Amino acid sequence: MELAFYASGLVAVLATLRVITSTNPIHALLYLIVSLLAVALVFFALGAPFAGALEVIVYAGAIMVLFVFVVMMLNLNAAVTARERAWLGPRTWVGPSVLAALLLVVLLATLQHGDIGRVIEGDTLTAKAVGMVLFGPWLVVVELVAMLLLAALVTASHVGRSVSREADSGRDGA
Amino acid sequence: MTWTLPLTFLLPLAGTLILAFSGARLGRRGTTWVGVTSVALAALVTALLAHHYLAAPEARTLTLWRWIAVGDFQPTIGLRLDGLSLTLLGVITGVGLLIHWFAAWYMQGEEGVTRFYAYMNLFVASMVLLVLGDNLLLLFLGWEGVGLCSYLLIGHYYRTAANVRAAFKAFLVTRIGDAFLAIGLFLLFRELGTLNIAEILQRAPERWSAGDPLVELAALLLLGGALGKSAQLPLHTWLADAMAGPTPVSALIHAATMVTAGVYLVARLHGVFLLAPAVLWLTGVIGALTLLAAGFAALAQTDIKRVLAYSTMSQIGYMFLALGVAGFEAAIFHLMTHAFFKALLFLSAGAVIVGCHHEQDIRRLGGLWRRLPLAYVGFLVGGAALAALPLVTAGFYSKDAILWQALAAGHGALLLAGLLGSLLTSLYLLRLIVGIFHGEAGSEGARRAEAGQGLAHGLPLVVLALLSTFLGAWLEPPLGSVLPAPHEGSEGWHLALELLAGGVALLGIALGAWLFLNRRAWLADVAARGLGARLWRLWHHAWGFDAAYERLLVRPYRGLVSGLRHDAIDALGLLPARLAWWLHVALSRTQGGKLRLYAVSMVVGATLILLVMAVAA
Amino acid sequence: MNGVPMAHGLVLAAVLFTLGLAGLMFRRNMIFMLLSLEIMLNAAGLAFIVAGMAWDQAEGQAMFLLVITLAAAEASVGLALLNQLYRRFKTLDIDTASGMRG
Repeated sequence: MELAFYASGLVAVLATLRVITSTNPIHALLYLIVSLLAVALVFFALGAPFAGALEVIVYAGAIMVLFVFVVMMLNLNAAVTARERAWLGPRTWVGPSVLAALLLVVLLATLQHGDIGRVIEGDTLTAKAVGMVLFGPWLVVVELVAMLLLAALVTASHVGRSVSREADSGRDGA
Repeated sequence: MTWTLPLTFLLPLAGTLILAFSGARLGRRGTTWVGVTSVALAALVTALLAHHYLAAPEARTLTLWRWIAVGDFQPTIGLRLDGLSLTLLGVITGVGLLIHWFAAWYMQGEEGVTRFYAYMNLFVASMVLLVLGDNLLLLFLGWEGVGLCSYLLIGHYYRTAANVRAAFKAFLVTRIGDAFLAIGLFLLFRELGTLNIAEILQRAPERWSAGDPLVELAALLLLGGALGKSAQLPLHTWLADAMAGPTPVSALIHAATMVTAGVYLVARLHGVFLLAPAVLWLTGVIGALTLLAAGFAALAQTDIKRVLAYSTMSQIGYMFLALGVAGFEAAIFHLMTHAFFKALLFLSAGAVIVGCHHEQDIRRLGGLWRRLPLAYVGFLVGGAALAALPLVTAGFYSKDAILWQALAAGHGALLLAGLLGSLLTSLYLLRLIVGIFHGEAGSEGARRAEAGQGLAHGLPLVVLALLSTFLGAWLEPPLGSVLPAPHEGSEGWHLALELLAGGVALLGIALGAWLFLNRRAWLADVAARGLGARLWRLWHHAWGFDAAYERLLVRPYRGLVSGLRHDAIDALGLLPARLAWWLHVALSRTQGGKLRLYAVSMVVGATLILLVMAVAA
Repeated sequence: MNGVPMAHGLVLAAVLFTLGLAGLMFRRNMIFMLLSLEIMLNAAGLAFIVAGMAWDQAEGQAMFLLVITLAAAEASVGLALLNQLYRRFKTLDIDTASGMRG
């Protein structure tokens, strides 16, 4: 179980690194799916099978497929890849990377102050326990989340509609 | 009858208000009718008042209401009618009426008639208030009112930039004098505790002995105001430019009435000036200098109205000379006759200008005596009065009185200046009349000259011409009760002086006639070369006062202002604005729509907050 | 070895989070920015799971459910925006949409 945690954690980090440095959107997506599956494995290793299953089904399954569909709709080709590479010069990434590394250091330093001495045994918390929490005391939160999804649905269908006339006037107004 | 006194200024004021609120709805005829009638009624009231006053000549006062009440300072709206104010009132409403009437002819076909008559009526109302006010504050109100009307009317043709500049110049230069006057009033109030004229004249000798520095200062400040308003050296530069206004305005404001307000002020406060002999002497000297300087300048002008403007300065110089030798009565007498004949000259000039289709350069006029006979007669009669032709003209009697006062008071130098001035007067006058009416016409406008028609054109000229003759001198102003008695002297000397003055005037006329009728070519030749040309230039620019003021005052002031615009204190004051601007620029950079910049700044913020948390915990 | 220290799980979450953050900062293509956002949300979910498991509490997984819902909503709106961006500017460069003259 420990081995599964560390190995999949390593895979997740490496795959994520490839996601943010990749120049081809499709490759990046596939790496991200790998990363998400690795995280799902981490969940299983930690004894949270319900979360791991959700990660695979919802994240790697539904959301990433949505991404893939959208990317397929766009006309991506070798020129796009070349431009991505041009945009990824050292001047572009050194500064943000240093900043992010700094933030990581600070985050880890902050972690030191927390109560982190506990060890995860790996005992399974079943879906039943999660369901008891969700549909017991957290019922209102679940309702709210449902509302959020509905709002996202309406927003996406409004923003994503294709009205060419409005597109033109929008450009003029920009 | 005293209750009719306020009508003298309320009627013209009503005219102003009616015209101002009519907004040109009355039409040309209606406007003219209202404008002339209001002054005519005021003149009628004045005639009635004069009739009653002469029947029982004693000063009458009428307090309408208390104006302000601040502690001891309680000026009233009070009117005082005595010999002096009655004389001025008669001149203002009488000559004013004739000029208003003439303007009905002059302004036909001109734009802005409603504006013109509204301001002219307002001027009459202000001027009446000036001379009737029984306290200096009310006088000052009228004083500023006439200054405002002068400004507005000089700029009547406001579409020409030069006219607007002339109006502005007149306003600014007289403002300098007004500032002196205001400070003088403050000083008088502080020292005497009142602004009532009668009380000032009563208290001043009690408080001050003759020659006291404070009274000299007060008199000097009052004189400064008078110099500005009356266009005397060194505040005289505005009057020649003021001729930009319509000619009736020049006749009424810049010849007959407003510019003589300074003379009225000094005469009215004679008690203060008599206590200040040095200032009185200065008054006489300034008068003499002005009359000579303006006389020379008038010799070298080419514009009819500018000749007359310098002539006005010169004649007011005579009045100041008279004031300077304490001949107040002579000054006021000359003020009156000057109002008659100078108004006549200006109106005749207006008749010439309109007749010749707005040609007013005497080099381009000429030979008009056949075509414009009435204007010719007007110029001859008015000119004779101006040159003080002996016995038959009003000007002779008043000018003689001035010279006699100078002699009787023992001011020989001033007398000489006056005599030389009258020689100059004859010369420039002959040059003007010959230039306009004799010789050959120099322009198309002069060749096609048309004489004016109608009562409004003819009657004012005829009446003023009659008043300019000895008939005008019969109107002896009833000043004995108001002003100190004139100097007395031996009759023999007086007769000798009259003969001398008359001789000088005749000599000047003869010399002028010979020079300008027979020797024109020779004169033009002299004026074109060497010393003659230099003198011509100097006199044409009136001794270069404008250029000197431009160099000494205007330019340094402008330099100072432009320097102050960028000084250190200002920069300090602008610092907050600059800071806000820089902050704005910096902050708007952060809102440039660059999404990644937003992300970076968020990360920096988050890092900083976590850092603080890590350090603090 | 017996069990995973809680600190290791949190370190993993922090590393994944900063990687996503770095990607968000230096990518100009909007697709990659959205992917980086997904990575960051996922890292947050991981932290919840780790903490929940360390205390043997089901709330961690419940919270993960909320995070994943949020990610779904965010992805749908973000992809709609991306679609519009591409339709209007014919590019995915996020900087072209910076119409404000700062």
